[in-house]
Parts: sequence; C-alpha cells; structure tokens
Amino acid sequence: MNVQSNSNDENGTVMSESQNTTPSSLSDVAANRAEKKVAGTAPLGTGLEARGVHAWFDKHHALEDVSLDFSAGTVTALIGPSGCGKSTFIRTLNRMHEFIPNTSMAGQVLLDGKDIYEPGIDVTKIRLQIGMVFQKPNPFPSMTIGENVLSGLKLAQLKVSNHEDLLEECLTRAGLWTEVKDRLGAHAGGLSGGQQQRLCIARALAVKPKVLLMDEPCSALDPGSTLRIEETISQLSKSMTIVIVTHNMQQAARVSDYTAFFLSDGGPGQMIEMGPTNEIFSRPRDQRTENYVTGRFG
Amino acid sequence: MRPWAPSVKDRAMTTLSVALSILTSVIIVAITPMKGKLAYFTIFFIAWFVIDSIMIIRKSGSKGVRDALAAKITFIGGFVVILAVASILWSAISRGFKGINFAFLTQTMREASIFDAIGKGGIAHAIVGTLMLITIAIIISVPMGILTALYLTEIKGRAAGIIQFLVQAMAGVPSVVAGLFIYAAVVLYTPLRSSAFLGGLALTILMVPTVTRTAQEVLNLVPRDLREAGLAMGATQWKTVALVVVPAARSGLITATILGVARIAGETAPLLFTIGAFDSYNFNPVKGDNSAIPAIVWKGLLGGTPESIQRAWSAILVLLVIVLVMFVLARTLGSKAMKK
Repeated sequence: MNVQSNSNDENGTVMSESQNTTPSSLSDVAANRAEKKVAGTAPLGTGLEARGVHAWFDKHHALEDVSLDFSAGTVTALIGPSGCGKSTFIRTLNRMHEFIPNTSMAGQVLLDGKDIYEPGIDVTKIRLQIGMVFQKPNPFPSMTIGENVLSGLKLAQLKVSNHEDLLEECLTRAGLWTEVKDRLGAHAGGLSGGQQQRLCIARALAVKPKVLLMDEPCSALDPGSTLRIEETISQLSKSMTIVIVTHNMQQAARVSDYTAFFLSDGGPGQMIEMGPTNEIFSRPRDQRTENYVTGRFG
Repeated sequence: MRPWAPSVKDRAMTTLSVALSILTSVIIVAITPMKGKLAYFTIFFIAWFVIDSIMIIRKSGSKGVRDALAAKITFIGGFVVILAVASILWSAISRGFKGINFAFLTQTMREASIFDAIGKGGIAHAIVGTLMLITIAIIISVPMGILTALYLTEIKGRAAGIIQFLVQAMAGVPSVVAGLFIYAAVVLYTPLRSSAFLGGLALTILMVPTVTRTAQEVLNLVPRDLREAGLAMGATQWKTVALVVVPAARSGLITATILGVARIAGETAPLLFTIGAFDSYNFNPVKGDNSAIPAIVWKGLLGGTPESIQRAWSAILVLLVIVLVMFVLARTLGSKAMKK
C-alpha cells in the first residue's frame, strides 16, 4: 500500500539521487539494500533451480551449461552485455524459449524440486506458476485496464470468487491502484509507458505465480517509471521469487539480493559468476566480472 | 507560426508554373494536330515538369529536379487512379440516377418487359437476391477464411505451405470457373438445382481467398509480444488466440470481410450457371431460381432497348450504394465494438 504514497512526493528527490549514483558506488547501493532486506523471508516453496541449461537457436549454441539457484523470496539480477544469453536463459525458465521455431535446449529447470521440462508435464500450469513481464509493455489493446488485470483468469481458465478484491490487490501490489482506480473501464492504451508496464506486472500477479521473471522490464521506460517499478519489485520480493534481466547495473544493485553475470566470448553465452549482489559489485572473484561492473566494457 | 509553410512567393511560383503549363498545353493542342483529353493531360504534365524544373534548378540544382520528377510521377500515378475511380462513379451516377424512382426500388420485373418505360417495373427482387447471395457467401467464407488464416499464422502446421499455395492459386481462379465448378460439382451430381444457395457457394470460392489473405496479413500484424503475454500467463494457444489475438485484430478482420464482399458483390459470371433467372421475389435461398443485381445489369444491357439499358445503369448505381452502405455499417459496427 505504501508503494504509491512514498513515490508520489519523493519521486523527484529519489530520482535525482539515483541518477547521481556513479558506478563506483554501486557496491554501496547494493550493501544498503542488503541491510534493508530482513534475512530469512517467508519460505515460498523451495524456489527455482536451473541445472546445466543449454539453449540453441537452430544450430547456433546460445547458452552453455548454466546452473543457477534462485532461492524462494529473493531477487536475482542477471547482468551482462548484449548477446550474452540472459534473455534466452530467462525464457528457458518458464518454457517460453520453445515458442521460437527451431530452438532446442538441454538441462533441467526445477521448480520446487520438480523438473518443468519433464515429459508429460502440463506446460500451461508451469507458466501459471512462473509469470513473466516483458521488455516492452504489452497490455492487451482490446481490453480495458480492469480486464487486462483479470485477463489471466480467463486465459488460464481460473475461478476466483471475488474479482474486485483481486483487481485491487494486484493493482496495489503493482503500485498502480491509486492512479487507475477511477478509470478501470478505460482502455489500457491511454496509460503512459511506465503505467502500462506496471499494469503488465499486475496482470502477471493476478494468476498468483510463485516466481516472476522480468526481462529488462525498464529498458523502454523513463527514470521516474523505472523507479516506480523498482519499488514495486522490492515490495513483491517479500512474497515471491523474482528473476530480473537488466542492462542497468545500478538497477541490479538497487533491487537484487543476488547477481549473476553472463558473458559470451564470441561463442555461446556462459554464466561467469553468481553471488550476493554487494559482493559482485565490491569484490567479484572473476576478472571479467570486475571489468564489466566497473564499466571497462559492455 | 509555421516557418516551414510555403511563403507567398513560393505559392505564387507554384500557381504561375501550373498556369503556364495549362497555357502551354492549350497552345500546343491548338497549333498542332494533337487532339483530345489525353493530349491535354500529357502535354500539361510534360510542360509542368519542364517549367517547374526550370524554377527549381536555380534553387536546388539537379537534385531538386530529380526530387520534383519523382514527386510528379507519384502524383500522376495517384491522379490516374483517382481519375479512373471518379469517372466510373460519375458514369454510374450520372447515367443511373435518371432511372432511380420508387417503383424501380420496390417493384419486380414480373409484369414489366424490357420495352416498358422507366417507372414500371423494378429490381426489388434482384436487391433481395443480391443481399441473400452476399449473406450466404459471408456466412460460409468469413469463418472459413479466418480459420484458414488462423491456421496459417498461429498454428503454422505441416500443411501450411500447401494451403498457402492453394489459397494463392484460388485467388487467381477466373470467376466463371467458380460458377462452372459449382455447376459441375453440385447441379450435375446432386438433386440441388439453381438457387441463391448455389450462387452463394460459387461466390464463396471467390471470397475465401480474399478473406484469408487479408485476415492473414492483419493477424501477422498482431505483435508477437501479445501472444507471448497470453501464453506466459498459463493460457492454452486456443485461449490466447480467442481472447488476445483475434480481438486485437478485430478491425482488420472486419476489413477482410468488407474486401471479400467487395470482391463478390459485382460478380456476374459465377451466377450464370448457379442462380438461374427469375423476375420476381424468391425468398427461399435453397430452392428455385433467383436473381441478382449484376445479373439484371447483364440482362438489361443485352436487352438493348433504351429503357432496358437505362435500367442496367440504375441497377449499377443501386449496387454501388448497397456496397457502400455495407462498408459504412461494418466500419461503424466494428469501431463501436472496439469502444465497448
């Protein structure tokens, strides 16, 4: 609930503060965040686990042997230069990768210890538990704001007794309720880009996923909207597992508990290093990670 | 303020060049053996280009001249198209309007002959027939066309390649062949005889490819993102298509239907072997000969008497108005549905 209240008046100040953050102080930001976050959040299943994931587009080997643990209730940022396979990887986590023709993958992705690629598994149930927010805001153009939020119920054919409560809950969690509560019947196209993206988050929340994957959710947004989304992520992380791909290292430092660095040396993308976010930004073990987070390339 | 707007001097120069071009073309046509509208147009455009180029070359050099040439060629292209459409409309309206009266729209040709004066007898039966034919064709081809388009864009199954090829081939079927096909396949082998239904079937053959290809294009315009958003929320493909893709493409699908109707509304050839010929109302779509406006036009022109030819022109005008009304209706209904 306090998501909106603090952002409305502090928008300006916090924005300028975050813009002043220089890359050198990234570790401070991350450390700050680590302190704020109370250790040992409520257990939500056992989280998501990728084991030896490879991905191919046709014959192009895009991702090589990535193993990562996303423990329940944490925010993990995937960083790395363009073309390093971050987006490909995140799309293997809820089986969206297979929608691109002629792709293949290898390895396991375990949700609460169960492989989501197991033969015979109902893939629509998997995606129901592992929601996704895309790079570009993509509200359904033919639906109103309210219909957009609740579209998941129809799409996934779920029964919910009280639509209004769910609508308010999802929009509140996405930090959009106060802005749209009086125009739920208006078309989603009339919202600003940032509002549309928060609407997409609300829409993803409506089907109550355990895990939320975010593929560069702020890359098409202005700094103010970015900040609102980051606040939303912080709020959400109390109740769900979040994986976020980002190009913005400051964002990774601000929102995530853990950071994984991906890199491709011309060949398939690999996961170079993963660790608590403040460690990745203050004392990375790998020289390549250090080069990247200090802005020497990428 | 609009600093980029043409200044008074610019506008004067444009007017001057057009006026000079008109003058040139009039003079040249007057003093040379070239005659006719075509000569006027050709000389006008050549003169316009030359005069404009002379004015532009001082300001922007040969680049500007090439730019002006390209602009004029596209202008000529658009002009010719508009001219063609406008002259068709004009002849339909100017020649057809005389024959339009209350009797023409409400009576049939049952008691009138081709020699009767305008004012006796009308095409009400053909209007009914055409509306029935269009309705039957829409009922069959819109679902067929859209489902085929969905198969081609959404499912992309193994048969997609061959279906795509067949749809394209079907689009090239001469319309008389469609009528002959229905005749050969239905009339010769089943007890069904000429009726609006058979005519509708023949028109369907022509309408399905138009609807399919247009629908395919608009479905392809629906962003991939939207499909993925639906699927990422645990929807099956069917739910995503039904609740996300089709609603997003709705106005385009209405356009596909309109284009399909436009394709068939004026078809005469497919009806020759399929609806028979009848001069009065037949409200039964599956039994008995029927009539249609294009058939009336054809018969009227063949009739040869001045009254008969007048009726044909008036029938053309009525057909144009019917198609126009359907366009407007479909558009407004479509946009209203969007707003709700």
